[in-house]
Amino acid sequence: MTETGCKDPVILNLWHPIAAVAETAPGRVADTVLLEERLGFAIDDAGNAAVWRSRPGLATGDRVEPLEVRDTLPAKLAYGYLWTSLGSPEEIFPIPEFAEPDRRRLNAATIGVNVSAPRAIENFLDMGHFPYVHTDILGAEPHTEVKEYDVEISIERDEILATRCRFFQPMASTTSSGGADVDYIYRVPHPYCSVLYKSSPVDEKRLDVIAVFLQPIDQEHIHAHMMLCVLDEENEDKVIKRFQQTIFGQDKPILENQFPKRLPLDPRAETPIRADKSAIAYRRWLSQKGVTYGVIPALG
Amino acid sequence: MQQERTRTRWHPIAASHDLPPRHVFHAQLWGREFAVWRADDGYVNVWENRCLHRGVRLSIGINDGRELKCQYHGWRYANRTAGCTYIPAHPADAPARTITNRTYPAVERYGLVWSCEQPEGEVPGVPGLEREAPLALRGIPVNAPAALVVTALRAHRFQPNGRIDGSDAEMVVKAADDFSVALSARADGAATLAIFFVQPVDSGRSVIRGVLDRDPGAEARNAVLRHHNAGLSVLRDNVERQAAARPAPAPIEPVYERVPAALAELPEPSAHGRKAALRVTVARKWEAADGIAGFELRPLKGLLPTFQPGAHIDVHLPNGAIRQYSIVNGPGESDRYVIGVKREADSKGGSLCLHETVREGDVLAISEPRNNFPLRRDAVKTLLVAGGIGATPLIAMAQALHHQRLVHSFHYFAQNEAQLAFGDRLDGLKDTLVPHLGLTPQETGGRLRDILSGYAEGMHVYLCGPGPMLEAARAIAGECGWPDEAVHFEYFKNTRAIDDSSAFEIALARSCLTLKVPAGRSILEVMREAGVDMPSSCEQGACGTCMATVIEGEPDHQDVYLNDAEKRAGTKIMTCVSRAKSARLVLDV
Ligand code: FES
Ligand SMILES: [Fe+2]
Repeated sequence: MTETGCKDPVILNLWHPIAAVAETAPGRVADTVLLEERLGFAIDDAGNAAVWRSRPGLATGDRVEPLEVRDTLPAKLAYGYLWTSLGSPEEIFPIPEFAEPDRRRLNAATIGVNVSAPRAIENFLDMGHFPYVHTDILGAEPHTEVKEYDVEISIERDEILATRCRFFQPMASTTSSGGADVDYIYRVPHPYCSVLYKSSPVDEKRLDVIAVFLQPIDQEHIHAHMMLCVLDEENEDKVIKRFQQTIFGQDKPILENQFPKRLPLDPRAETPIRADKSAIAYRRWLSQKGVTYGVIPALG
Repeated sequence: MQQERTRTRWHPIAASHDLPPRHVFHAQLWGREFAVWRADDGYVNVWENRCLHRGVRLSIGINDGRELKCQYHGWRYANRTAGCTYIPAHPADAPARTITNRTYPAVERYGLVWSCEQPEGEVPGVPGLEREAPLALRGIPVNAPAALVVTALRAHRFQPNGRIDGSDAEMVVKAADDFSVALSARADGAATLAIFFVQPVDSGRSVIRGVLDRDPGAEARNAVLRHHNAGLSVLRDNVERQAAARPAPAPIEPVYERVPAALAELPEPSAHGRKAALRVTVARKWEAADGIAGFELRPLKGLLPTFQPGAHIDVHLPNGAIRQYSIVNGPGESDRYVIGVKREADSKGGSLCLHETVREGDVLAISEPRNNFPLRRDAVKTLLVAGGIGATPLIAMAQALHHQRLVHSFHYFAQNEAQLAFGDRLDGLKDTLVPHLGLTPQETGGRLRDILSGYAEGMHVYLCGPGPMLEAARAIAGECGWPDEAVHFEYFKNTRAIDDSSAFEIALARSCLTLKVPAGRSILEVMREAGVDMPSSCEQGACGTCMATVIEGEPDHQDVYLNDAEKRAGTKIMTCVSRAKSARLVLDV
């Protein structure tokens, strides 16, 4: 085995996203970086995929039959992305809604951010920043309160679940003009992935699904893949994507000014408040799992 | 070791002209970043460049002239103390006073801002710069270690003021050490002394901060600045070329202080006892209105703790009495506390003593500020309704709302114009202030009804004034549809007669103690005797400081702090006056 920059067995043995299937030219070699390793990959029209450690002879842009590549890494297509692993991965976490036939599924954006994956996950879980960072979109002053919500670490599913989350959103739905509380449910089923369920503006009884799948380039750089699985028959892809790209573009400069870039797991490194319950649970969960990559482990 | 020695040395970290109004400057010394900003009152703040909440750089925050606001979640930090004054995610809570960012000393001298990680002594004077107005040059960042830059500067050349077109100045190194070089240039009878300070930004980066002994005057200034810029840029390019040829030194990893253990846990830490921790001098005493004395209290040494609008302090008087007074200050006014004291006809010695005995220059003992009357800033509209001296906490609130441009109006009831206190502060509020003068109790009721009609969801009202007016206002608010949670009030005192004839038992769940409270003693007294530290302030059920959580049992509320809904819920109790209806109370203490 080649020496890799990541020594964290928990992270090495996970599935990681490396590309949106819709944005990969079929039958051509493409390349990327995962956990400081250079990787090559290819997907054909039939949905066969191969991922390998970059090597001479398979240059980016070359034609290739994925099924014929030898000496490959695990590969899997799920939720519109190609996933791989540098270790021995188990099953990937489920998102049952992805199979519902009336939903739109798309990769909203893949954006490079100069921050650790866990910092970006915390940002995704965080409602308190809506009025300040996503002003007049996801929140607006003076409606700044983060109301009580529930968080649990589900042992059986090994994931964090935050429920009963509500936050005031101006223009909450396409049907009414005023602002209202919007409901959210957050799942963190993977140290570097999170899934958000949010009241659908078109159907009160159902939830839109928005997920971030983070590809760790190294401890302090990521590619954030944003997956949408929404109930929307009106808007063009372009419009839906642009909205999510705006949101993410607002978070990026904040994330890149967070210090230190790796997430400190020492409870005394920063000052949590009640609104940060889900982040506190996330930090504890990472500590319990023994994750060391992308974090500053607590001493002792 | 070199590191240790250099941590105690003062270095320039910015030029004064880097700190225009409402700007935040990003500075760095030995790898440690600072957010440097000047408040409207002129004070220069040098803070760790990291919000205590989630580590976002404060140098991308907003300097509103009085406070610095973090971009990520809008936490506000006060001028001078760097104490957090408001956490928007929890608008109903007063932030724990101890959430305070790390500050570093700042001294402005020679047009530069100086700081130091662990100062020993004052900023040293620099010979040659003391005489006249010196001129600070533009800072020149260099990608090279300080030592290389200093070596290069020893051979640096420039022309004296008035002779910048020549090229033949006679250069003399007047003095030099590890981080500075003093050079004099002479030509045709003109002489200029320049001191170049080398600010070690990191192990491999520096900033050259030059100061000329004399400002050449407005006309020649730009040309002189350009002359030095050009010369130093050439020097920079040479030094950077040398540095690039050597192995890059490892960047310095600054060590961040951990936050206090109490803040890392979710429950907010509680304050302690009825203590007078601070000593202040009466810097000014004046007539703030007819019958109301204003007092400006300044610390004997150090800084005063951070306060928020609505907070009060206990003042321990020379005659032994302890009285509570609201802080009148606006945001960021952190070098003093201002209070207003009304002369009470039936005073038991508190107000009389302050009016007659206490003078400018006297020293008083006061408690740290406590906030049991916190101001939410998430209201769609805030009404402030004050009667008489009850205006003091609301003046503080009005200034905060006004400064943040939040929608509000401030209704101030008084006998006549002369009784409106702190006119200078009221003037600043402009048309949000609505005085109501000389009304009879009946007219007051009618006016309150006008003010309180038109409740809409998301509005909040804050009431403070004499007991009867508060009772009336609360009743009218109820009739006008205001829910209890939207009506906030503060009584100055509890005028109800306290019935302390009951006897019962209390169990303290966290301290594992069971105590008997006999008739004639309060829960607070009994707990204190058993060694349980419990904060308190007014000790008459008005201020809310001694509140405890009830886990089991039925409280007998005798306070004026809790609202009716809170009293009915039975989950909170004022331990100084309230008692039990049940035989036993279990408290979360
Ligand atoms: S990081 Fe500054 S307010 Fe949250
Ligand atoms: Fe965000």
